[in-house]
Amino acid sequence: MSGGTSRASLVTRILPPVPFGSRRAIHPFERSLYLYRRTWLVLASGFFEPLFYLLAVGFGIGALVGSVPGPNGEAVPYQLFVAPALLASSAMNGAIFEVTFNVYGKLRWEKVYDAMLATPLGVGDIALGEIAWALFRGLLYAIGFVLVMLVLGLFRSPFFLLAIPAAMLIGFAFAAVGMAATTFVRSWQDFDLIQLVILPLVPLLGDVLPDQHVPARAPGRHPADAPVSRRGPHSVARVGGDRTEPPGPRRVPGGDGRRRAVRRLAAT
Amino acid sequence: MTTAVGSPQTRGVDGPRGVGDLGRPGDSTLARIGRAYEHQFLLYKRTWRGSLFNSFLSPVLFLLAMGVGLGSYVDKGGGGALGGVPYLAFLAPGLLAATVMQTAAFEATFPIMAGFVWIKRYHAMHATPLEPRDIALGQLAWTATRITLVGAIFALVMVPFGAVHSPLVILAIPAATLTGLAFATPIAAYAATQNTMNRFNYIFRFGITPLFLFSGTFFPVEQLPGFLQPIAWVTPLYHGVALSRELALGTIGGEPLAAIVHLGVLLLFVVGGLVACLVAFDRRLLK
Repeated sequence: MSGGTSRASLVTRILPPVPFGSRRAIHPFERSLYLYRRTWLVLASGFFEPLFYLLAVGFGIGALVGSVPGPNGEAVPYQLFVAPALLASSAMNGAIFEVTFNVYGKLRWEKVYDAMLATPLGVGDIALGEIAWALFRGLLYAIGFVLVMLVLGLFRSPFFLLAIPAAMLIGFAFAAVGMAATTFVRSWQDFDLIQLVILPLVPLLGDVLPDQHVPARAPGRHPADAPVSRRGPHSVARVGGDRTEPPGPRRVPGGDGRRRAVRRLAAT
Repeated sequence: MTTAVGSPQTRGVDGPRGVGDLGRPGDSTLARIGRAYEHQFLLYKRTWRGSLFNSFLSPVLFLLAMGVGLGSYVDKGGGGALGGVPYLAFLAPGLLAATVMQTAAFEATFPIMAGFVWIKRYHAMHATPLEPRDIALGQLAWTATRITLVGAIFALVMVPFGAVHSPLVILAIPAATLTGLAFATPIAAYAATQNTMNRFNYIFRFGITPLFLFSGTFFPVEQLPGFLQPIAWVTPLYHGVALSRELALGTIGGEPLAAIVHLGVLLLFVVGGLVACLVAFDRRLLK
């Protein structure tokens, strides 16, 4: 990749990377699938978290709150108001968790990616495969959550089914950015910094309160206007990098082995 | 001393080595625990900024959004279910205990398992004159310090919000620490038996998160379906939240017996967890 590289790489950084990635990205995804076939309970348990939140916030706190003004001013029962927001924030949380804690564990401790790089897989394949897995996992949970909303009657229009793709969009944005952030993590303590960014977004500011209380809209509620979703693909390109490019000092995995070794030694 | 003394794996073939600054065989138990504690302290000294700032931000955001924002709707609705207490004052002390619990649970899962499996810091410590119980107690003492810090910051943030109704709130900090330890000790004992992080998901999904949500933090447990209420009564968080709330609202004098029960349940969990922890560290390091 030499002639016209700058333009080509610019394009791949702006456009979604899926058509440009190699088909091998399916293999990290496949690995996760095999892995969770054995520990499917872990996977299934993720479904309960948003459900617990729905029951506690929607019905528990909802019983104290009663009705709140909805988007067009009419009073809406609190659980009806908060359910879609919980769907959105759980999509975000799920994606973030998968690409931060899990990816960091695989990268730094379990050396899964080192093993993968010993095969024909490239760095970009791994990044793409992992993000795809995070999204797939998110999709399962989003479907589950929407089914619960359906059973509990927490919807007013059939359009609420479109909340699933909306949640996917949120998940994608945060998975990509979260993975980029993970490459900068030095130790478990640094996850505090990631939490620092996530915390203000999670069910608090945009989600549990009607708009007039919210100074700025949280991306969690409005996937379409979130700047985060535009940054997503770019971050993939950055984490993935291209192996023919000189690896940046922090480009992980497959980057500068010496520096990583030094860090690893420093941490232990 | 235990059977490990002098065994080649743990002591090195040519006698006691590396005794310099790592602790001396003659050190008292307290001094040895101090060594293990110091290790955590030195680590934290390098990374305290992020976690400390989060400890501030989290209560500010929660109290702002849920206490003040959502609270205005709750209070408009009459607030009869809360006994006439403003929602902010109801929520804040409960959230204090619940936040400390979450931090404690986290500190007792990944870092403990990592210490045995990934970083192997406990094995390294055990190669010095430290005994497993010194290592366990040093670690838990650090966890206690860490969560006390979180609780103290939370209590401090409550003051400008006007969520504090009694100077007894000072005592809510140790109450929250006790609540945190009631979780940290048994969970750390469990984490010491694990080789991967997979099962921790269960602890958080089916233990910590439901307790956080349903232990009377955000709404009274009396609102739960009847069959769930006895379950709440036997969990430490329910007692921690109740104790912390009675202290912050200054209503503890009205029901001294209830407070003693809360304290007793928490202590029971801490002591039980501590024993389990000592056994688990012992087994893991001496096997």
